[in-house]
This record gives sequence, structure tokens and C-alpha cells, in this order.
Amino acid sequence: MLRAVDLGCERGDRILFSGLNLHLHAGEVLQVHGANGCGKTTLLRALCGLTRPATGEILWQEKDIRDDESTFSDDVIHIGHHDGIKQELSALENLRFAVALSAKSPELSAEQALAHFGLTAQTHLPAYVLSAGQRRRVALARLLLNAARLWVLDEPFTALDQSSIGVMEAMLHQHASNGGCVVITSHHAIPLEPGIHRELHLTT
Amino acid sequence: MAVLSRDLLLALRRRSEVVNPLLFFVIVVTLFPLAISPSQAVLQTLAPGIIWVAALLSTLLSLERMFRSDFEDGSLEQLLLSPCPPTILVLAKVLAHWLVSGLPLLLIAPLLGVFLALPTEAMPTLLITLALGTPVLSMVGAIGVALTVGLRRGGALLSLLVLPLYLPVLIFAANAVAAAADGLIVTGQLYFLGGLLLLSCSLAPLAAAAALKISIH
Repeated sequence: MLRAVDLGCERGDRILFSGLNLHLHAGEVLQVHGANGCGKTTLLRALCGLTRPATGEILWQEKDIRDDESTFSDDVIHIGHHDGIKQELSALENLRFAVALSAKSPELSAEQALAHFGLTAQTHLPAYVLSAGQRRRVALARLLLNAARLWVLDEPFTALDQSSIGVMEAMLHQHASNGGCVVITSHHAIPLEPGIHRELHLTT
Repeated sequence: MAVLSRDLLLALRRRSEVVNPLLFFVIVVTLFPLAISPSQAVLQTLAPGIIWVAALLSTLLSLERMFRSDFEDGSLEQLLLSPCPPTILVLAKVLAHWLVSGLPLLLIAPLLGVFLALPTEAMPTLLITLALGTPVLSMVGAIGVALTVGLRRGGALLSLLVLPLYLPVLIFAANAVAAAADGLIVTGQLYFLGGLLLLSCSLAPLAAAAALKISIH
């Protein structure tokens, strides 16, 4: 489904990686490994169309992601280092806004998505009183509200507690078995079957 | 639509950010009679210029808010990744910015006009110029903010970029109010301001959307 051909990215004048080819099929989870600063975040941002790669192209269902931006953005969800959560809005308002932005109507309600991450008690609290892990959980709850087939997750396990890590791993599993794709960076070993779990090691 | 209502809700939750530029506008205008002269004749000639310069500076003060916090907490990326076209997003954000920081100026301006002994004949013109001119300031400002939002210290650069583009608005608006105070016909200036408004409404969202894409690169 997702294919990158001869991809190269630079940061400033420095070449992070070049000549990268990858092909991800439906139902696969790609975990990107590499030392700090080797370009994992840049690769993920390029894959979801936020950063323009220096060379190469990225194809989603054999179409260049820049040719058909609105269809692609319906299919992709990116959760980066910044949660994209407004401090002044409550957890629920943040999620409702995320739903309002996406074109598809979600299967779950925003309340159910928060409950899935054990945030029922925090539903109406403004995000600035939440802990870092709780804010992360609000951001990850967006995954449940969006029918996007490609998840691009940059260190999603940061600040999560053990039980939330379990919830997140189960979600990755569920998404893959529903035929979705995941590109994830994490220094944490994700327990998935070898058939669906693929790994990419970036070296400088 | 969702972006507009979210931005208005955010403005309501951070009232100080909204009140500061308005307070700045009022304070700057009230300082002039104290510093120059309380004489009505002097104030009358200065009033259009003072009100317009203060409105321009106060808009400049509130511009960064348009994209800065969204950029910092990552919601700007989420907005740009959403299926909604970026020009519409920018338009919604500029509209929210104008409703929060331009419209209040318009509402308080008659009071300040009276304070500066602006003749009542010039009052409608003052309001019309503000109604036509302040949205242009927000629109053009959006391009500047979108270009500088990725820079660590974009504030000074923003003023340098945006102020020259504000000059036509300032010249025509202040001139229209002054001419109206002298009892002259000001339709020419108002048409020009209207033209600027149309031009900025049609082109600024495109330019700002393109600039935002570069900034988050």
C-alpha cells in the first residue's frame, strides 16, 4: 500500500539518508530503528507528507501522495512528538475538534475513545491539568476516531504507563489485522507476530 | 467552520491575550492628548492619524497569536494534514483573528474619536475605514506570520515584512477620515480600501497557506 522509491532526506545541509526503498503491505507494522538524530522523525514526516523529501517519491496505493493530497490525508493519521493538543480545551473538546476536521464520521464517540484509554474521569478537564502521559493518551485516542488506514506514529509510547502501553499494543495489533498499515518509531520492543512486524534500521 | 469555533473558544479561554491589544490601543490613543496638547483644534487634526496608527500597532501586537501556539503544540501539523483545504483553514483562522482583535477596535473607536474631538461628521467614515481596513491588516498579517512562524525569533522580522504592506491601508484610511472631518467627499479612498480588502481576501489565504507549508517543512 505504501511505497517509497529512492527516498532521500536532508536536514539543513546534512544528508540524513538516501536511496531508501520500502514497500509496506496492508496489515503490516513497520518499526523504524536507529540512533538519535539519524532521521527517523524526518522519515516519518516525509511519509505522511509534512516534509518534502529531497529526492525520490512516496506512493500511496500507487499514487504519488502529493498528487492527490485530500484523498491521502483522509487515509493517514500522524502523531508526532508534539501532541497537537490545545492546553485550554478539555480532553473531550480536543477530540471533538479532531473529529470535526476529518471527513469521515467515526465509529466510536469521543467519550468512548477516551474511555478506551482509561480517561473517563478526565473527559472534561482542561488539557493543561493533565499529566504528560494523560495528554499522550488523549492524542492517541484520535487513532480510534479516525478511520485512517495508515498510522504514522513517532514514539507513541513516550510517557505512557504500563497499562496504556498494553492498550496501545493491542490497538496496533487490531489495526494490522483489519488491514491497516503502521509506521512506528520506538526504542521499545513491540510484541507482534513476525509475519506482520517488519523492521527498518536507519544508519548514518 | 470547526476551526473558527475552536479559535473563538480558545480566545475566550485566554482572555488576557485578547484584552491586551485592545488595552494597548486605548492606552496609546489616550496618551497623545496628555503628551501633545489637550487643545481641541490640535487633537482634531491629529485624531485620524493617531487612531489609525494605534489600530495598526495593536493589530501587529496580536498577529503572532494566529499561528504561533498552533505551531508550537503541533496542532498546525494536524490542521494541515486534515482533508480540509489549507486555504479554507487559513481563511477561518484569519476570520477568527479579526473577530477577536479587529472587531473590538471597531467597537471602541467611536469612543476614542469623541475623546480626541473628532467631528461627528467624520465618525461614520472612521468606522467604515476600520471595517474595511482592519480585515486587510489581518489578511496581510497572516502571510507574514505564516512565513515567520518557523523561526525562533520571528517577531522583528514579522514587523519588517508586514509594515510596508500596511502602508497603503494606513495612508488611505487616515486620509479618508481627515478628509471627512473637513467635510470632503471620501468615496474614492473608501473604494480603494474596498479594493484592497477584496484583493487581500482572495490572494492572502493562498499565499499564507503556501507559506505555512514551507514553515512546517
